[in-house]
Amino acid sequence: MKGLVLLMLVVAAMTTARAQTAPTERRSGYDFASPETRAMQDDDTANPGMLWVLQGETLWATKAGTADRSCADCHGDARTSMKGVAARYPAFDIALGHPIDLEQRINQCRAERQRAEPLAWESVDLLSLTAFVAHQSRGESIAAHTDSQLRPFSTLGKELFHRREGQLDLSCSQCHDDNWGKRLGGSVIPQGHPTGYPLYRLEWQSLGSLQRRLRNCVIGVRAEPYEYGAPENVALELYLMERARGMVIETPAVRP
Amino acid sequence: MARVLINLPTRARRGEIIEIKTLIAHPMETGYRLDSTGNAIARDIINRFVCNYNGEEVFRAELFPAIAANPFIAFWTIAVGSGELAFSWTDDHGQTQSEIRQITVE
Amino acid sequence: MVNAISALIGEGALQRGKVRLELPPIVENGNAVSLTVSVESPMTESNHVESIHIFNQKNPQPYVAAFNLGPRVGKASVSIRIRLADSQQVVAIARLNDGSYWSDSVDVIVTLAACTEQ
Repeated sequence: MKGLVLLMLVVAAMTTARAQTAPTERRSGYDFASPETRAMQDDDTANPGMLWVLQGETLWATKAGTADRSCADCHGDARTSMKGVAARYPAFDIALGHPIDLEQRINQCRAERQRAEPLAWESVDLLSLTAFVAHQSRGESIAAHTDSQLRPFSTLGKELFHRREGQLDLSCSQCHDDNWGKRLGGSVIPQGHPTGYPLYRLEWQSLGSLQRRLRNCVIGVRAEPYEYGAPENVALELYLMERARGMVIETPAVRP
Repeated sequence: MARVLINLPTRARRGEIIEIKTLIAHPMETGYRLDSTGNAIARDIINRFVCNYNGEEVFRAELFPAIAANPFIAFWTIAVGSGELAFSWTDDHGQTQSEIRQITVE
Repeated sequence: MVNAISALIGEGALQRGKVRLELPPIVENGNAVSLTVSVESPMTESNHVESIHIFNQKNPQPYVAAFNLGPRVGKASVSIRIRLADSQQVVAIARLNDGSYWSDSVDVIVTLAACTEQ
């Protein structure tokens, strides 16, 4: 009888732990960073992430592949054509039957329209192009999902976000929904909103993608990370964007 | 050619003290990091930064591995006259990258 | 660090003052720490800062950077981003054109990122 009560208490504790951050309480990682880190982000002439945006601007106009086309040849001025795009990615790809993120979309254009080799994950060129495109959405609000085809994938993402895993047996939600604002080691735990990606992470000494950060987190709880481009990573990105709907894009952000 | 961001006013009053901010993409490999097999990754940093104003040196920095990646250097100079500001970064291999910006001083 | 400083100033005396070293007291990530060093000086031909040297206490090397200034600078102030391997003291030393040395120091606490790739 005592064992059954204990089991019921444990089950109750596990189900109530499925908390979510209320929309009014949502804050960007910017709010949790130190004044010095924020100052680095605020000044475009001192933000290291802008070095990749600058490179992306050059690549945008550079012809590539056997089709000898640049992004600009089809998309023109990115400031107009790419405005708002990052705010609604990952997006559903009808031909593939599942959502793809911005990096995958860029590589898809490279392969199909430019007939060029896809760019490797976390390569300078892919990061630069992604940063440049996402930067055109800076100041835009992350769009709410209206495409019902995305529903099963964001549900998977939500499930993954709440699933306990790894040797530390922690879920993303336990830190980023239940304990944001508190400290883990010397660092403040943010809410985990993808408002500034790709971003310059001081720990990486480089710009990096959201998938790189997600893999870091999974390694952090001592679980096996999903491969770059894996459907689980894209599902998580999708869920995170939905969780952050309405929040403003800051790309390129600077974070510790 | 590493990506570079240079911020300085394009116009200034004669005698005005202007701030110049520079940022260059470079990993600044310290020489103390180990690779996955346990071997030290060789040091490879930008070790010198010089600013010349119409041919005259107005600022110089000697940099060591303790300078953060993607070095940021901000300094001041007096707007003495219109002309060219030349910035150069030199690395451990002796390679130099130079950038030039124009300034109008009235 | 002490030896490196002695090597710089030689027989000269190191005086506290004129120099202002600005560093955050607690640092989120030791990979990129914003540092500003400024020296009170009219920066004229007869009275100016010739050079500023930055040292640290616990990195593998004591040297961080050295700057050559002069009257053309107008304002003796430089900002950079540095790496700090551990909580430690950072020292800035300015050499004036009259051969005098002035200094300031700051103690910094360095925290580490919680989720890394290793």
